Amino acid sequence: MIKKTVKEINDKIQKGRAVILTAEEVSELSKSNTPSEIIKKVDVVTTATFGPMCSSGAFINFGHSDPPIRMQNVTLNNVEAYAGLAAVDSYIGATQVSASNPKYGGAHVIEDLINGKDIALKATSPGTDCYPRKEIKTTINKNNVNEIFLFNPRNSYQNYPVATNSADKLINTYMGNLLPHFGNATYSTSGELSPLLNDPDMKTIGIGTRIFLGGTEGYVSWYGTQFHTSKPKNKAGIPLSNGATLAVIGNLKEMSGEYIKAAYFENYGVSIFIGIGIPIPIISEEIARAVSIRNENIETTICDYSIPDHPQIGITNYRELQSGKIIIKGREVRTASMSSLFKARQIADELKRRLKENKFLLTEPVQMFPQNTSLNSLDIRGEK
Amino acid sequence: MKKRYILTFPPDATNKAIIWELIKKYDIKINIIKANINSGEEGSLLLEMEASKKNLVEGLDYISESGISCLPVDKSVKLDIEKCIHCGSCTAVCFALALTINKDDARLNFDTEKCIVCELCTTACPLDLFTIHFGD
Repeated sequence: MIKKTVKEINDKIQKGRAVILTAEEVSELSKSNTPSEIIKKVDVVTTATFGPMCSSGAFINFGHSDPPIRMQNVTLNNVEAYAGLAAVDSYIGATQVSASNPKYGGAHVIEDLINGKDIALKATSPGTDCYPRKEIKTTINKNNVNEIFLFNPRNSYQNYPVATNSADKLINTYMGNLLPHFGNATYSTSGELSPLLNDPDMKTIGIGTRIFLGGTEGYVSWYGTQFHTSKPKNKAGIPLSNGATLAVIGNLKEMSGEYIKAAYFENYGVSIFIGIGIPIPIISEEIARAVSIRNENIETTICDYSIPDHPQIGITNYRELQSGKIIIKGREVRTASMSSLFKARQIADELKRRLKENKFLLTEPVQMFPQNTSLNSLDIRGEK
Repeated sequence: MKKRYILTFPPDATNKAIIWELIKKYDIKINIIKANINSGEEGSLLLEMEASKKNLVEGLDYISESGISCLPVDKSVKLDIEKCIHCGSCTAVCFALALTINKDDARLNFDTEKCIVCELCTTACPLDLFTIHFGD
């Protein structure tokens, strides 16, 4: 059994000798090569996703004014930011909506900040002995504040169910506009290119893993919220619905508007498209086998979003989903993606280029993720 | 030439074979895009008509003489493709198949010839890149 270390692969990257393929390229290669052949030929596989990820936001430190203020209520372009932190620290959440424009929210503030635009900052405070100022109105941008870093509690979902609608009226959801009577079905992963589907047991991804985030280098800071690693799996070891997640962090000042886009979903609200790329070092045959996975072997659950708990009504795979139609209850239903395969490919190619040019080095996780996790639901207590 | 019209029928005209006449007499190629016809009630049709200019003018005169209102539809959908992220959200609601994701390069393709201006894409796009334009 051949094994490689991350250090050996990094040495090859630094000498410009590493062989790097995208996850789609290695899936193609796997049609004529076994995992033991792939580990000999390939050092790193780049994976990527570019989808709406609501659980995202940014920490900002505004710097102190003279006289200083202990900010208690903060808005950025009329979007409320959380200020229950130290005097001039705040967190702008992607889905927070403007008080004056329901189609503009924290995601748009984040995108505007990345693009170098000026943002109106307003803050109030009762005033204290050490922070006497009670009000401030000014403009900020990414160059005149101290730090801004994206810190997203839940990104890069491992698999996600397909959404459809059996009812007799259109419903607006975060999975897009679902037409009545199974008029369409929507999905939101990049299939065989998706990061956590290429390393489903997270043998190479963990706390501290360096990733591509929004155009710059970011890091996996923790396992993401709703981290669920005990969902039923298929023969290929892929969980059949939304499983693991990542919490990620990165310097917003270095990000590019190419890879972060604010979004508004009709009658749902604001969200944000996040571009994430994760390099997977081919350290073992087991990993070589995992990255070889093809769309037909990645299955996911079809859920009916017209019923409150979104019951499962079938299983499909990403080859069928990407073909443009699937069969639900015996009838052909058109499919559409909510995440951009085009952008995911762009990210996988860009990360591949950076690795080839020795502009990106791999890391080993500082700590692996917990195993056998499941979720709690929120009980309504105290009601008789 | 090819143009779109909304025909509004009074309640007593809905039993006339208008479309048959337009096809047989005036040699107009007709594509019915939307129809709302119930006997005894006012009805409406969204049509695309294709014919020589002469035949189309004569056909439109025939429609008016039959007591049916006929308004040209000069609406079109425009997409700001430069800002498009090719996610595919709009393709979920485009039943005319004017909006599709290319199989090879995964880019969005907008075939304006196929667009029936149903406007569902305008609310489906998370980046708000579709707009409705009036006039030619």
